[in-house]
Amino acid sequence: MNQLWEALLWCLDPSNWQGPAGIGARSLEHLGYTALALVIASVIAVPVGWWVGHTGRGRGVAVAVSGAARALPTLGVVTLMGLMLGIGLAAPMTAFVVLAVPSILAAAYAGFEAVDRQVVDAARAQGLTEAQVLWRVEVPLGLPLLIGGLRSAALQVIATATLAAYVGAGGLGRYLFLGLKTQDYAMMLGGSLIVVLLAIALDLLFAAAGRAAVPRGVRVARQGQAQ
Amino acid sequence: MSWILNNLPLILDRLWAHVATSLPAIVLALLISLPLGWLAHRYRPLNGPVLTGAGLMYALPSLPLFIVLPVLIGTGVRDAVNVVVALTLYGVALMVRSVSDGLDGIPPEARSAATALGYRPLRRFLAVDLPLAGPVILSGLRVVAVSTVSLCTVGAVLGIPSLGLLFTDGFQRGILAQILTGIVLTVALALALDRLLVLTGRLLMPWARTPSRRTSRRSHRAGGVERAVTPS
Amino acid sequence: MISYGSVTKRFRDGTVAVDDFSLSVPRGSLTVLAGSSGCGKTTLMRMVNRMVDPSEGRVAVDGQDVAGQDPVALRRRIGYVMQNSGLLPHRTVGQNIATVPRLTGMDRSAARRKAADMMDLVGLAPELANRYPAQLSGGQQQRVGVARGLAADPEILLMDEPFGAVDPLVRADLQRQLVELHHQLGTTILFVTHDMDEALTLGDHIVLLQAGARIAQQGTPKDFVSAPASDFVRDFLGLDRGQRTLRRETAADGSVLLVDPHGRPAGVLAE
Repeated sequence: MNQLWEALLWCLDPSNWQGPAGIGARSLEHLGYTALALVIASVIAVPVGWWVGHTGRGRGVAVAVSGAARALPTLGVVTLMGLMLGIGLAAPMTAFVVLAVPSILAAAYAGFEAVDRQVVDAARAQGLTEAQVLWRVEVPLGLPLLIGGLRSAALQVIATATLAAYVGAGGLGRYLFLGLKTQDYAMMLGGSLIVVLLAIALDLLFAAAGRAAVPRGVRVARQGQAQ
Repeated sequence: MSWILNNLPLILDRLWAHVATSLPAIVLALLISLPLGWLAHRYRPLNGPVLTGAGLMYALPSLPLFIVLPVLIGTGVRDAVNVVVALTLYGVALMVRSVSDGLDGIPPEARSAATALGYRPLRRFLAVDLPLAGPVILSGLRVVAVSTVSLCTVGAVLGIPSLGLLFTDGFQRGILAQILTGIVLTVALALALDRLLVLTGRLLMPWARTPSRRTSRRSHRAGGVERAVTPS
Repeated sequence: MISYGSVTKRFRDGTVAVDDFSLSVPRGSLTVLAGSSGCGKTTLMRMVNRMVDPSEGRVAVDGQDVAGQDPVALRRRIGYVMQNSGLLPHRTVGQNIATVPRLTGMDRSAARRKAADMMDLVGLAPELANRYPAQLSGGQQQRVGVARGLAADPEILLMDEPFGAVDPLVRADLQRQLVELHHQLGTTILFVTHDMDEALTLGDHIVLLQAGARIAQQGTPKDFVSAPASDFVRDFLGLDRGQRTLRRETAADGSVLLVDPHGRPAGVLAE
């Protein structure tokens, strides 16, 4: 418990917050990685997932990819990219994107699949074009699940970004590996605590966003069921 | 290829360490989550806190957890026990939900029929509830098995033996084949375990085809925010 | 108005849902396609608004082959009501009804007035306009479905077992109202059901289908009851089981009862 106290002191020491290697800068770097990776992964995975969900084509492949990806060891991907692409942002970022794509892809198509097929059929029969069916029916109704997928992906990237310091990336992982190397347990533990806080904060943020994305008409339906 | 042939004993050693760390975690997670999931299912007020706690648990990144845990349980930072405990916690976090979902999903008619036939509570739980919730529990266990095997490698950056040492070692020495071997073996081990669970499920529950992972009817109906599926 | 000319539909798996079907549905009629599930009746109906395209033959509306028409424009001209209403769960009742008017460029306030008129027409209280579908009863949801189908003033209304999932009392109410609406608006209605009672209640022309959408008999409700064309028709109507073969019987107080072959009273004879 003494160690926890020292770690806390390390976290609160103002001198550890200053400069480009300070906690503030490292946290921003960590969040920046996460944001960039999510944007890139979304640009790739959301259109593909929506296409799979809308047309029902390629579903088998999408299921297999997102399922098999769960078995992919993050550290393996990080070190592999580090070795292949060398120092710089490209290696860790590629690893983050590779690991974030499957959950976003799965959530994008699962969101569409969860929409009642009768509702989609009726919308089409009323004369909505395919684009209107997509944007006015499937996207709003599938959004909460998609945000759930972004949430998993964000947590995945936060965790992987910590590991990526092992291959030379920045972010809060630096403290963990530096502490490990110099036997500075307070720094190692303090850095870990900050990553944990960051992950929980992000998790709660996405949870709130997911709740807010549930359309009102669907929310009242669920309350009705609960009664 | 030649790297693999030259280092076969090393690889087998790592593989064995990997199995010895991940398998106990998977078994422990199942054993702990059965009663916990039952409590969450049986006593509604517990449902919220247990599932929220589980949710927060697997929001925690693995490496920081491996580092914080020794302080809380009084082990050394390079101790493999940390990894087993952390992986068990992740497994429980995932499985509790499957168990309570599975029990929630039992048709009430089946349960009251069993009571009407004269089953006592414990006997009914073992003979009726558990088998009927089995397919959902099994799909949860499959996710746990796969993610545990994959997560186990993270301990390598702290020097804890597993297939993950092939990544760190391969990176330090610049041997691509070593990293690739590690990835392939980890994925293969995870998928083999997954297959094994599916086959065991067919043997134990011949009446049910395993539902696809994490799509119990209930979570589908609830629609809403699907939880993060694997810890990282 | 709607005509089918030697229409066949083969699905990709080889099943023939519709086999060489021809029919012409007169303008302003309420024509019922009846038959048990899997006989191809829904497939036939969905060919009218190109939700299904025939493998062979042609379907024409007002003499024009639908195959040459833009499906989206065609669907906006044809009302469609389905079994579980198919309402958009994230849109209010008013927004659901105004869907097609809004799609075809009607401005917001005019569409809102239109929706209010439609709600009045189908007997929905105006304050329901801001509710969501999930907040309505099954019967109310079906009324919204009908209102949505009629909102674009279509000349044709397609109805696919619209009252199948509501309880019998509400169903009878909805059926009565549909007949009234039909008299009032003169819309051509093509109605699909597996319930022969419903067909006899609603249809001024009934087409009874067998597997492969082969026509077992067509005609007025009276034609069916007085002159069933085959054993299949007798069976489907329930003539052989006796529900529709009634005997007179004089009760103790002198009134004339109609009883079925089991001696159960089915009603009294009004002289």
